[in-house]
Amino acid sequence: MNEAKKIFWDGVRAEVPLLIGVFPFGMIYGALALNAGLSPVESQMMSSVLFAGSAQFVTAQLIQSATPGPVIILTIAVVNLRHMLYSASLAPYLKHLSMKWKILLSYLLTDEAYAPSVLNYEGKGITPAGHWFLLGAGFSLWFTWQVSTAFGIFLGARIPEELPLDFALPLTFIAMVVPTLKKRPMIAAALSAGVIALLAYNLPYKLGLILAALTGIIIGTMLESKASPGEML
Amino acid sequence: MNIWLVMLAGGLITFGMRFSLIYLFGRFEVPETMRKALHYVPPAVLSAIILPELLIRDGALHFSFDNIRLLAGIIAIIAAWVSRNTLLTILVGMAALLILGWM
Repeated sequence: MNEAKKIFWDGVRAEVPLLIGVFPFGMIYGALALNAGLSPVESQMMSSVLFAGSAQFVTAQLIQSATPGPVIILTIAVVNLRHMLYSASLAPYLKHLSMKWKILLSYLLTDEAYAPSVLNYEGKGITPAGHWFLLGAGFSLWFTWQVSTAFGIFLGARIPEELPLDFALPLTFIAMVVPTLKKRPMIAAALSAGVIALLAYNLPYKLGLILAALTGIIIGTMLESKASPGEML
Repeated sequence: MNIWLVMLAGGLITFGMRFSLIYLFGRFEVPETMRKALHYVPPAVLSAIILPELLIRDGALHFSFDNIRLLAGIIAIIAAWVSRNTLLTILVGMAALLILGWM
């Protein structure tokens, strides 16, 4: 098997645990969008045109409450603002790629594709075929999102709520972030971001998440500059 | 405003944000401080997603032993720390949530 193919499948494999949580989430979105008054085609198309879970939920809600279009568009922009951080974070690893690749991978750049990919890149550094990892993670997520949306549209409200499958997503993020918390600045970044996210949770449009992320990033960076390399552990 | 127009504009803006810095940093060097700061994006963003999932129920902070998601989350954090294995962490966390839910 050639290198690119192997790395693509590594990306798919790293994505699988996340897909367990994404599938019910996509089904709930499909059912909710129909309920909000979107047609089946509109509900399905939103999953590929927007391709952003939380923004799709918010959009469906706002359409239901007859919010003016420009307000919905602005809301989508704010809810998805965190993707600029992901874009900056992955940019060094994708720098050498052609414009076509950059466009394709940008389209696939969601929370769930970003998380396993950035950990892979931080471990392996910049490699010639590394972008296949993000393609594998991003494409398997995209495919699952389309299929689960279709299931949700088809099944409507008949989704059992007893199984807490949505818990698989935070669990996967825990499995990814905990092993990286070795040095003090990393731990401080994670803790401060987590606390601010709790305190600012009720800010509208996920602004609390952005505020929390920026706080964590600034605190981590400041602590790193303060500590001499010997003191870091 | 037409739903399709809203979706298309929202989709273009979302794509634009995902593409923005991948494009810009392909043309310009990433400044050194920025490069340092970007290492903290994963722990900061992921923790900011995880903690509210564990601690917030119906829009309010739910910090008690009745909160089984918090307890299952703590068990998963310990499992992740000890095993450093993604699949095992998810299984342990899920099992903890189901068992605590039964109790």
